Amino acid sequence: MAIGIIGDTERKPLAFDKLGAIVAALAAYGALLAPFATFKANRIVQGETRAIWEALPPLLGYGLIALVTVAAVIALLRTPLTVRMASALAVLVALCFLAGAAADNLTPPDNAYARVSPASGFWILLFAFALLVADALTRLNPGPVVRLLFLAAVLALVGGMLFAGVWDGLSILKEYASRADTFWAEAGRHLTLALGSLAAATVVGLPLGILCHRVDRLRNSVLGVLNAIQTIPSIALFGILIAPLGWIAAYVPGAAAIGIRGIGVAPAFVALFLYSLLPVVANTVVGLAGVPRAANDAARGLGMTDWQRLATVEFPLAFPVILTAIRIVLVQNIGLATIAALIGGGGFGVFVFQGIGQTAMDLVLLGAVPTVVLAFAAAIVLDALIEMAASDRSQGRAA
Amino acid sequence: MIEFDHITKRYDDTEVVSDVSLTVEPHTVTVVVGTSGSGKTTLLRMVNRLVEPTSGMIRIDGEDNRSVPEFELRRRIGYAIQGHGLFPHRTVAENIATVPTLLGWENARIKAKVEQLLTLFQLDPDFFGARYPHELSGGQQQRVGVARALAAEPNLLLMDEPFGALDPIIRAKAQDDLLAIQKHFGTTIILVTHDMEEAFRLADKIAVMDKGEVLQYATPAEMLVRPATPFVEALIGSSERPFRLLAIETAGDAVEPGGAEGEPIPATLSQRDALSELLWSGRAALPVAAADGAVIGKVSLAGLVKRAARPE
Repeated sequence: MAIGIIGDTERKPLAFDKLGAIVAALAAYGALLAPFATFKANRIVQGETRAIWEALPPLLGYGLIALVTVAAVIALLRTPLTVRMASALAVLVALCFLAGAAADNLTPPDNAYARVSPASGFWILLFAFALLVADALTRLNPGPVVRLLFLAAVLALVGGMLFAGVWDGLSILKEYASRADTFWAEAGRHLTLALGSLAAATVVGLPLGILCHRVDRLRNSVLGVLNAIQTIPSIALFGILIAPLGWIAAYVPGAAAIGIRGIGVAPAFVALFLYSLLPVVANTVVGLAGVPRAANDAARGLGMTDWQRLATVEFPLAFPVILTAIRIVLVQNIGLATIAALIGGGGFGVFVFQGIGQTAMDLVLLGAVPTVVLAFAAAIVLDALIEMAASDRSQGRAA
Repeated sequence: MIEFDHITKRYDDTEVVSDVSLTVEPHTVTVVVGTSGSGKTTLLRMVNRLVEPTSGMIRIDGEDNRSVPEFELRRRIGYAIQGHGLFPHRTVAENIATVPTLLGWENARIKAKVEQLLTLFQLDPDFFGARYPHELSGGQQQRVGVARALAAEPNLLLMDEPFGALDPIIRAKAQDDLLAIQKHFGTTIILVTHDMEEAFRLADKIAVMDKGEVLQYATPAEMLVRPATPFVEALIGSSERPFRLLAIETAGDAVEPGGAEGEPIPATLSQRDALSELLWSGRAALPVAAADGAVIGKVSLAGLVKRAARPE
């Protein structure tokens, strides 16, 4: 694919790139028409918007516009993938730095109430060039290890900027500064909910999936029930769980002592666990069903016991499909765990719902941004793992 | 020796194998031929108990095959199937090592065995050992499948349409290799196929099955000369009969005294191929050479034509 693109470039040096046209249009709108930052006198009043040249000192502002223009032209024309990637990355890094610079520039000295946050123009530019990076990455088609390194580099860069205080002037970090302790406690609870329910779903779902694979009659009923659970809205499921868990807390000795009650972490955990079961069980069944018949027949004919066949033939061959389920569940749980805050389960949702309650969007972002980053990073890591698991267990033509 | 003793297999109301009794002599190749649905595969799978008979008994060297646990029985019996059934996530060497590993052989012994078998099947162990099955051609996969079946040196090898997925040229080569291997190890082979050509090529004895019954169990020559039923006759193919008859014996068996003009043909060539040489070269006779190259006589068109005629 890449070779074809280079060939095209040589033939028609001024050909346009379709995605590049969209990126360039978004960039023009984001840089020139949409506001770059929002300034608020305090955290809950309506803000006033500022364009790039108003939000930043002149040198930085016009510098950013020039950089965006160059990168948009590179995106628009059919240029080598590495050039596109480098220019888009340069814009993204500049955006990140300048968001912090805008905050420092706009905040009056010694004013602890003023809030500066990135506005639509910033987000549009960020989205446009992230799209370009994603497109270039897809077309370069790097191996799983390279993708993991890329993710690590991006996270390290973001972490470095946070640590260096580049964004300290931004409203989201001001919200963080006043809640640093609870933030990490809720982050821990969020991860415990998402990963713990995944672990529980894997421990229960794998054997259940294997059982469903072996026993035809069980398969339809189990998958039917799990499907039905999946259709219950999460808030309704929390509600449904309050009564039985409350009963257990009241009447089963020791249950309350280990934290089981009608509201709080227990129903959130149980709900996430129930939602996770369907993907794990269904993919285990699909993965096992995808094992070539001949390989299974040969395994029996060569004298493997049922356990040996499961452990050394069926499971390894189904593993990439099961890993896909775990990826789905992990990303889904990281998002869903946000809802747990509604019933006192904690997690990043606490900030989201507090922020909604106080109409403080910055506080909402403090809950939402880490959730998105976590989910995104989890997806990339597991995709890479799936690819590594599948590459040396390449699906043979056995039938 | 494998004895099928009044074997019947019923699924619900359908009888797929009906009261089959036959005895397979040790160190021979027995081919079970039949159309699809004739019960031949079911019969084969009852030997290593992938299918349990409804009634009757199968004895291997005089011992009921139900006297040991299934998995132990199967580890003693080689098993090769159509589409090879190699494990796609394991290398060629690991695939071949399957049964020795199950039996707990020492690593050095397994490694030596894998190398010996790969060499025997004309696959370079250094090159192929570490490959995955999908990197091999169909013919190579099939050879690995048979090598895996033979890894624990079984006395008995069951093969279910092992060459069904191969193209004709590779199939002929695979059949020759199988016969060479069978001579080498002295393995008793029961092979199931729907291909009569394959049956005549490989078999010491052929069992023809239809609708769950064995219609005839005989040597190829006997089956040609005296087909038991019209079905057997149809299966053999009436236009093929003289050629099949010639294909059974070698040119050495048809040698007449005297000499002839032309390039000598080897004595191990089948009479059918000798006839084909004669017809193609346009000669009435060709000299026959022994393995050392010495001419031992001639085969003549007239002599072969007489041999191809229906014996009285």
